[in-house]
Amino acid sequence: MDANKVNGSGAGSKGSNEWRVKVGLAEMLKGGVIMDVTNAEQAKIAEKAGACAVMALERVPSDIRKEGGVARMASIKVIREIMATVTIPVMAKVRIGHFAEADVLQALEVDFIDESEVLTPADEENHIWKHDYRVPFVCGARNLGEALRRIAEGAAMIRTKGEAGSGNVVEAVRHMRAIVSQMKKLTTMRDDELMREAKELGAPLELIRQIAKTGKLPVPNFSAGGIATPADAALVRRLGAEAVFVGSGIFKSSDPETRAKAVVKAATHFEDPKAVLEAHEELGEAMRGLDVRQMEEKDMLSTRGW
Amino acid sequence: MSDRWRRRTCCRRADGKRFSSTFSLGVRGAACGALEGRCEVRGVRIGILAVQGDFEAHAAMLARLGAETVEVRTPAQLQGCDGLILPGGESTTQLQFLQEEGLADAIGKFAKQGGAIFGTCAGAILLAAEVRNPRQDSLKLLDMTVLRNAYGRQIASDVVNGPTKLKKQPLEMVFIRGPIIERAGPDLKVLAEYAGKPALVQRDNIMAATFHPELTDDTTVHEHFLRLVAVGTNHAAGSAIS
Repeated sequence: MDANKVNGSGAGSKGSNEWRVKVGLAEMLKGGVIMDVTNAEQAKIAEKAGACAVMALERVPSDIRKEGGVARMASIKVIREIMATVTIPVMAKVRIGHFAEADVLQALEVDFIDESEVLTPADEENHIWKHDYRVPFVCGARNLGEALRRIAEGAAMIRTKGEAGSGNVVEAVRHMRAIVSQMKKLTTMRDDELMREAKELGAPLELIRQIAKTGKLPVPNFSAGGIATPADAALVRRLGAEAVFVGSGIFKSSDPETRAKAVVKAATHFEDPKAVLEAHEELGEAMRGLDVRQMEEKDMLSTRGW
Repeated sequence: MSDRWRRRTCCRRADGKRFSSTFSLGVRGAACGALEGRCEVRGVRIGILAVQGDFEAHAAMLARLGAETVEVRTPAQLQGCDGLILPGGESTTQLQFLQEEGLADAIGKFAKQGGAIFGTCAGAILLAAEVRNPRQDSLKLLDMTVLRNAYGRQIASDVVNGPTKLKKQPLEMVFIRGPIIERAGPDLKVLAEYAGKPALVQRDNIMAATFHPELTDDTTVHEHFLRLVAVGTNHAAGSAIS
């Protein structure tokens, strides 16, 4: 699509054209559910259940947690098979700071790259400079400062960094509440207070000023980590998440197909308790969860990255 | 009813100021090239299908034009709408909600009763008579064949310009994993093209775009849709009086 291409990258109120199509794809995923899948068969189930995208992985987070070892970008063969099987967007994860893995995934032409704390970080100091890529990135954040640092690096979508593979929604709730309340606070501040807030949050002043005006992140704000039931999906949606990632929650449950569909339904009808009730009606046993408070700091995934 | 009719209406411009204008519209949504300025008809209510996709971007665009919008997730929420927008998103996801929750029937009925409909990207796919790459079911409200993800994956998504009948200047088009209208039936009017393929089509008061006008600052396409809504609303009012 090079013919008649609009020139003037960086010009215009909506930013460069590349940035617009990156955030544009994130916009298209709003209201939906993005599901972790480890093979083509699961991807097909997810698509049929109404997932708006899938995340191609070698192991779901709960297995990564159990088995330990170094978790890396998934095998190309697995990602390719999934890309060939479904028509919805396919995302894949890279280790924090591992820009060479990101280069590989861009060459593979995945639709979205997740620079994810679920994998073992490759760089404990630096995240990837995501503006260099044409493929959009999603990054995790526990609070507004972290979200804005990732956006400044070029993330086109933010998700909470709820404790992946725990089946426990508490961390995702904590992060979503933190992000939303910190944004609200900015809207009440005077111009001369915003610089101090930028310093406190460790975030660029320009983005802080923008949020003070709009009360919203400049990119879609999704939720991920520990979401295991339709009511979990409805909860984070009501707290401000514009879409939901479900990891281990679907394919580690006793009834993946029914559960996938039920979570999709609840994510859309999150404001209608009757619809969420209906979504729960048919469900079997959810994945077994972990109590995050019993976990040691070294076992927490959300503390990876900054 | 005469071929052309005149109507006086109150409009709100993008800058929020209200002004009155008198303009004429051709019946059945004939191109309104003679119209100038940013016109919106007060009192129309536009439903936006909000099961999944970029429904908020459409709502923001219509709010700029001063139209009242309502998110539609159930057949009941379609009641009282004069127009309906089928936003971008994933057509497989949207189709599932349409088929399983009675929305497909409700939208079919809405179209039959003369409601105006505008689908962008996934919405255009839902409106097509035939969907390929791969084959999938649809509402079949426009006689066209649409190929899904026809430009390739996200890396092929781009912002381009294409000629349009709605204004002199080319139209800015944001394609995101966009479809291509491979065949447009004889009763479809092509209002804009990109690379020799129809990108914006219309039959009566139903419109489809393979790109995302809601992701630009240009209100041209949505203004055109609001005019189609106004035509439909007036027909309904006219027939009730006569």
